[in-house]
Amino acid sequence: MSVKHALLALLDEEPMYGYQLRAAFEERTAETWPLNIGQVYTTLSRLERDGLVEGGDTDDDGHQIYKLTDAGRAELTDWFGSAVPRTQPPRDELAIKVALAVSAPGLDPTAVIQRQRSATMSALQGYNRLKRQTTDLAYELVLDSLAFAAEAEIRWLDHCDARLRRVADHPDGAR
Amino acid sequence: MNAPETRPVLELAQVTRIHGAGGLAVHALREVSFETYAGELVAVMGPSGSGKSTLLTLAGGLDQPTSGRVLVEGTDLTAVGSAERAKLRRTSIGYVFQDFNLIPALTAGENVSLPLELDGVPTRAARAAASTALGELGIADLADRFPDEMSGGQQQRVAIARAVVGDRRLILADEPTGALDSVTGEDILRLLRARCDAGAAGVLVTHEPRHAAWADRVVFLRDGAVVDEAGEPMAAVRS
Repeated sequence: MSVKHALLALLDEEPMYGYQLRAAFEERTAETWPLNIGQVYTTLSRLERDGLVEGGDTDDDGHQIYKLTDAGRAELTDWFGSAVPRTQPPRDELAIKVALAVSAPGLDPTAVIQRQRSATMSALQGYNRLKRQTTDLAYELVLDSLAFAAEAEIRWLDHCDARLRRVADHPDGAR
Repeated sequence: MNAPETRPVLELAQVTRIHGAGGLAVHALREVSFETYAGELVAVMGPSGSGKSTLLTLAGGLDQPTSGRVLVEGTDLTAVGSAERAKLRRTSIGYVFQDFNLIPALTAGENVSLPLELDGVPTRAARAAASTALGELGIADLADRFPDEMSGGQQQRVAIARAVVGDRRLILADEPTGALDSVTGEDILRLLRARCDAGAAGVLVTHEPRHAAWADRVVFLRDGAVVDEAGEPMAAVRS
């Protein structure tokens, strides 16, 4: 996840110091991906080294306020203007579990699938409960992202289920 | 929230539905027991042929089980004659369909008041109830529009108003978002959810997990039997 670009985007709205950036990031993303303050300051110093932000004045309490440079603004424009790369798929415990369950001796893979389907549906119900409690657009869109990912997982589980059933009905390999 | 009630609005007890006979018999539902209380929205999910539509059809009194009982507001649909069943359908049960099923020659207001008028409610009172129902769904201003003058989302709102008009408390929704885009579909689910929060009991058949997740409980059907549930049963919350 690009903390770097998230900080650039927030600084483009207004100059801020580290703790403000962390608070703004977490508010905007519904505290879904907590940032520790060390990570924020490390990132800021790298951005400063690369000329993308500059640490300017300190406020009355001695916090150093960072602001975006022209190079930082160009970098941000590039980020918003390009697609997020689909890199090497992250290791997915569920996909690995189902792949192994298919051939595990004495195990019913459809039971593994149904347990997961119920658990993922419960998570999805939780996201919708949170959506009912908020009117904040950014928060809602982050929850939607989690909800669509959970939905994709359930659809994939349905697909696994249907394929297993097909194989059970046609052990000779007919599709 | 309404005062807690001990009697479910809809109760299926050991319901079996077999189509055909002998070697060709198809068990559409196998001893399914299922309850929905006022204030509760229950979603039913399952692959094609799992019995979802059969369950909804039986709950609506449009079909009869081979064995078992179907109770709506305490009345056993399997024990009453077809006339009384039809009356119960008009007064207690509201249907919402994927393709809205509004009557094209009637305005939104007329579509909503029709079930009341068929039940003998005087036109003026029926129109007033329809206009209240449309208002509750945020579309009072569409009362004089015809279906082809409205968007899909607006038509579905009219259909929900028609399903709840006249204090009917059981809403049966069959893929109500199937013809709608994702944002409009979510609006419709939020409305159904709100109708249930206001005291209706809802059963929603859908294949869209995000929409099913608006329900208090999600029931998974497979080969005509309930295999699992996600969420808290209302009965457990009450006891």
